Amino acid sequence: MNQLGETSQMKQRIESLKRQDSYFWILGLMTLVFVLVILLSLIIDMALSGWTRISLDFFLSFPSRFPEKAGILSAWVGSLCVVFVTAMISIPLGVASGIYLEEYSKKNIWTKIIEINILNLAGIPSITYGLMALGIFVYQFRLGQSILTAGLTLGLLVLPIIIVTTREAIRTIPSHIREASYSLGATRWQTIWNHILPYSSGGILTGVVIALSRAIGETAPLITVGALTFIAFLPTPPVLAVPPFVSAGWLLDPYTVMPIQMFNWVSRPQEQFHVNAAATGLVLLAMTLILNAAAIFVRYRFRKKYKW
Amino acid sequence: MKPNDVSTTFSRPESFKRRFREFKELTIKSILFICAASSVLITFGVVWTLLSEAWPFFKEVSLLNFLFDNEWTPLFENPQYGILNLVSGTFLTTIIALIVAIPMGTITAVFLSEYASNSAREILKPILELLAAVPTVVYGYFALLFVTPLLQKIFSDLSSFNALSAGLVMGIMIIPYISSLSEDAMRAVPLHLREGSLALGASKLQTSFKVIVPAAFSGIASAYILGISRALGETMVVAIAAGLQPKISLNPLESAQTLTAYIVQVSQGDLPQGSVGYRTIYVCGVVLLLFTFIFNLIGARIKSKMEIKYK
Repeated sequence: MNQLGETSQMKQRIESLKRQDSYFWILGLMTLVFVLVILLSLIIDMALSGWTRISLDFFLSFPSRFPEKAGILSAWVGSLCVVFVTAMISIPLGVASGIYLEEYSKKNIWTKIIEINILNLAGIPSITYGLMALGIFVYQFRLGQSILTAGLTLGLLVLPIIIVTTREAIRTIPSHIREASYSLGATRWQTIWNHILPYSSGGILTGVVIALSRAIGETAPLITVGALTFIAFLPTPPVLAVPPFVSAGWLLDPYTVMPIQMFNWVSRPQEQFHVNAAATGLVLLAMTLILNAAAIFVRYRFRKKYKW
Repeated sequence: MKPNDVSTTFSRPESFKRRFREFKELTIKSILFICAASSVLITFGVVWTLLSEAWPFFKEVSLLNFLFDNEWTPLFENPQYGILNLVSGTFLTTIIALIVAIPMGTITAVFLSEYASNSAREILKPILELLAAVPTVVYGYFALLFVTPLLQKIFSDLSSFNALSAGLVMGIMIIPYISSLSEDAMRAVPLHLREGSLALGASKLQTSFKVIVPAAFSGIASAYILGISRALGETMVVAIAAGLQPKISLNPLESAQTLTAYIVQVSQGDLPQGSVGYRTIYVCGVVLLLFTFIFNLIGARIKSKMEIKYK
């Protein structure tokens, strides 16, 4: 009789544990659904309010005092220029640092300092990069409120992302690839150039795309280095009709970028400007979603291509 | 082919070709080292610029005024420099964000790591990470023009700029930072711990929270710390949705100003080097960096302690 009681007690206990398990399963699912609903409502809200403004004119007009005439021409051209400079700085520097740390560095105090430092860099608030850039690039180097300043600032900001993803990509390559290359007489650099870099290019590309998508959306550091909000002209074209045909003058031109244009419109009291802000947000959102999808796609493709 | 032909096809150690190759290898190595070391230069640049530009401020304003003035009005006629007014706003929004992000991030992480199937995780994780990829200015718009009107239906006395909606949206924004890192840490827990616990008759829930979470806690703690750093340093959401009124208050329904929002507000105007506005944004930057640094230090301490415990 006593034993029977114990068994039924145990059964009850197991039942209640199982119930708790399924409760947590539901809780987890609900949390995820809640988060997804928020993401969706963000996208839908922006699309519903901004969709009416999306037209060719919106992309081909300068900002204006009249909300219905205002567009984002100078903003998207500015974003493009700034991201180009960012890429030119962060990709070589980031990939080179990643290669050094994975393939060359010995385990000593200098390596340790560099590694801790990169971890810390990723944790520094983005606005402090802007403050640094204001002090150094704008006032020390006298680069002014230019595309070059903005590109440099964002380049340094996304550098840790590229370094970390480069290292992760290189780390997945098994050491027998290196050993095979060395045993055939290749030097260290030949091994890296002909084997390590091609095999890790998928991972590196993923990191680069994510870093650039971050740079496109970044606002705060550019406000501190003084991106202007009302730009009714385009930077100097990089291609000239007369020799020397190319010009770097655009690097020192003032600029605005899409997030800053959006910030400007959102902070105005008039409702029509909020519609413009929503439309700009929609463009920004579409770009980040596309870039992130591209990153996932690249990662997936390369994972299938190389199996060790 | 005669054996001594080898000397013509393979270069001898002292040959020019070999020397040149060694030189090239060394040059490449040096260039790569300089690139890697430049990241240290960036940190140095950030800290040095912030400190050197903020330093003259403290020659004019005493530390006592800085800490205990009642208001933060450096640009007014009778300036007051009570930094706590901005610190209060920063912490208020951060705490609201963490109240959202820590439970939801942890639950999501446990769910993805212990409950979800492999294929479900492969799909859900990238979608979750999209939340971190959305530009912060878009979140600011969302907080001001979607969340605030929604909350005003519940709290009728909610002002149109308030710490609550900014904090909530910020919380949603940092969920992926917390869940992603925590999940990585949980999945790194060796399988035999999980199996041991299940073999002893523990349920999945018990295993998750009594075995996996403690074992992965150093990783989870660094995820939390990263979340806190993100929330402290987040700028656009609070600059757009939380308002521009520095005050010492813990009422989430009122507007508040954070350190970062102040920097944005002042930076929008003209900022000649050396002016009061210029100095104060660097002071705010230093305070912000100090907080981030302290939390990172705490994170490192927790991590090393837990690593000793679970060796």
